Amino acid sequence: MADVMPIKTPAEQALSAAFAAARATLPGKDVVDALRQAAFERFDAAGLPHRRVEEWKYTDLRALMREARPLAGPAGAKPARGIANVLSGVEADLVAIVNGRYEPSWSGAKPSDPDVTLTELFQFVADNPDYKLGQVPGGNDPAYWLNTAFMSGGVALRVKRGAAVAKPIHIAHVFAGDAAAAMYPRSVVIVEPGAHLTLIESFSGPEGLDYQVNSALELVIDEGACVDHIKVGCDGGSALRVSTLGVTVGGKANYRDFAFTIGGAVVRNQTFVRFTGEGSEGFIDGASLLKGRQHVDNTLVVNHSAGGCVSRERFKSVLDGESHGIFQGKIVVEPHAQKTDGKMMTRALLLSDEAEADNKPELEIFADDVQCGHGATAGALDPMLKFYLMSRGIPASEAEALLIQAFVGGVVEEIAHAGMREALMLAALKWLRSR
Amino acid sequence: MPLLEIKNLHVEIEGKKILKGLNLTVEEGQVAAIMGPNGSGKSTLAYVLSGKDNYEVAEGEVLLDGENILDMAPDERAAKGVFLAFQYPVEVPGVPTMTFLRTALNAQRKQRGEGELSTPEFLKLVRETSKYLNIDQEMLRRSVNVGFSGGEKKRNEILQMAVLQPRLAVLDETDSGLDIDALKVVADGVNRLRSAERSMIVITHYQRLLNYIVPDVVHVMARGKVVKTGGKELALELEASGYAQFTDEAA
Repeated sequence: MADVMPIKTPAEQALSAAFAAARATLPGKDVVDALRQAAFERFDAAGLPHRRVEEWKYTDLRALMREARPLAGPAGAKPARGIANVLSGVEADLVAIVNGRYEPSWSGAKPSDPDVTLTELFQFVADNPDYKLGQVPGGNDPAYWLNTAFMSGGVALRVKRGAAVAKPIHIAHVFAGDAAAAMYPRSVVIVEPGAHLTLIESFSGPEGLDYQVNSALELVIDEGACVDHIKVGCDGGSALRVSTLGVTVGGKANYRDFAFTIGGAVVRNQTFVRFTGEGSEGFIDGASLLKGRQHVDNTLVVNHSAGGCVSRERFKSVLDGESHGIFQGKIVVEPHAQKTDGKMMTRALLLSDEAEADNKPELEIFADDVQCGHGATAGALDPMLKFYLMSRGIPASEAEALLIQAFVGGVVEEIAHAGMREALMLAALKWLRSR
Repeated sequence: MPLLEIKNLHVEIEGKKILKGLNLTVEEGQVAAIMGPNGSGKSTLAYVLSGKDNYEVAEGEVLLDGENILDMAPDERAAKGVFLAFQYPVEVPGVPTMTFLRTALNAQRKQRGEGELSTPEFLKLVRETSKYLNIDQEMLRRSVNVGFSGGEKKRNEILQMAVLQPRLAVLDETDSGLDIDALKVVADGVNRLRSAERSMIVITHYQRLLNYIVPDVVHVMARGKVVKTGGKELALELEASGYAQFTDEAA
């Protein structure tokens, strides 16, 4: 059967026009122009992903993204009220990416640790011809191609071999326009052998503006390194965001990831992880607290291309109102990746009859000596639990709050950084009180 | 005045009649045993007293201190002093036992218009009680009943009872799943809580528990009613003769 070329949607037409108009002026022309062009061509041929694209089955971007917003312009002055307030109590070195560009004036001083180098993205690409953008997994995805085509800036962080960076580094993505626009930040984080880093990524923006974010982060974890990546989505309630995370994990490394999502109208966190060396561990967790008509999709592909690695994926969502929570998780074990131990668990707590949870776990195992499994549950609060609490004198609303808090707490407690654990638990409590 | 008066109570679950005109009076300070064959409605009575939903009261009254409690939510009843020690205590993942106890106690005190108990007072109360119930501090830090053995769960129920100091404690098959040593510990915990102001309803299938918690009165339930009432010696008679005499009547 011949491929049928569908009629382009207004959003796709706008993206084509925007690319043609902006290509000459997008930053990093001398180093990434060919890369942009190739990525755009791939995107243009495929169009926005829709429900018949299996990987995007539950997040029909063609339907959800009616219009493509114009590219965001440079930001003004840093607001006095601060950014990513959920994390205001967490001490970290702040790296602000505003409207898709690195803004030193919004950021803190350069990272306090001398073993960390921070470079503007295109400067980094120019200085490091050996580093090819997009070599991490996840490159075969239309949202990622779009990010590559339009990438507007970001940073590259390199943590020196063996360094133990004590203070977390916080890459804060902020939309700060007065009218809805689109931003395409791209950052690169390289953690050299044996180094330790806690990396926080946040996404925030104003309420009421249907701005669009398409971000990508390349995370390279070298042998024996230890990386904790915590992503906090607290976008404004009308925002549409797609974030692609590509990770390579070298041998004997320890990688922890946590995706916490509380904001945004439509959010897709897509994470692609590849274990390239033996004896590593990956703990990839997440929690979403959704209400109204929020749509949040956590999609995860974990590829064991080296043997003897352990991966654990645990995602929980609390769904109120008419919200829609999606978890797609795939564990791939390549033929030679023996002794792989991979387990995936997803649980959704439905607080209303109109809320919807979709879980799609997949295992693709090509090796014969592995332990892999997955489990998924979705359901309302257990009435027997609620009765037990009430029979002890705890009123209904307080009993519910306590049980939801416990449900979320069960996974938030896995975050190693105490300050982040507290900040996210506090955000969850605030969410509960606002119900 | 009796603490509890149940008058002509009819209760259905999903259209099935379980309690069929039950009458029961428990005096203040009294320990009343309720014995009866399986399916006689003992556990239903326990749940109806504490306010579990899905139990439809078709007729009758339950008066606590002369006040009908049937329209009250479980938490309101608890604040009035009703406590149910569950036959199968529920696991509450993610809620540490200590947090649970404190939240429950303060919620009850708040409903009664009393101030919160100070932290030292609360800790003292928990420490003293947990000591004689053989509950160690590690257990108090763990999530309520999660990973607890059968005996630990039952001891935890009695701990909650001791902290919440109810006026009417309903113990539903507290002996089930306990070996003799665990049973003694639990019974000892219950006996310490006996007082002139506190009444207890001890529901059990077997007489064994009543050797350790000696009742003031024994009621026999069958087919959704109290069919016989007597002194503690009635329990021994039942142990010898069985429940057949009560169930046969239904045939």
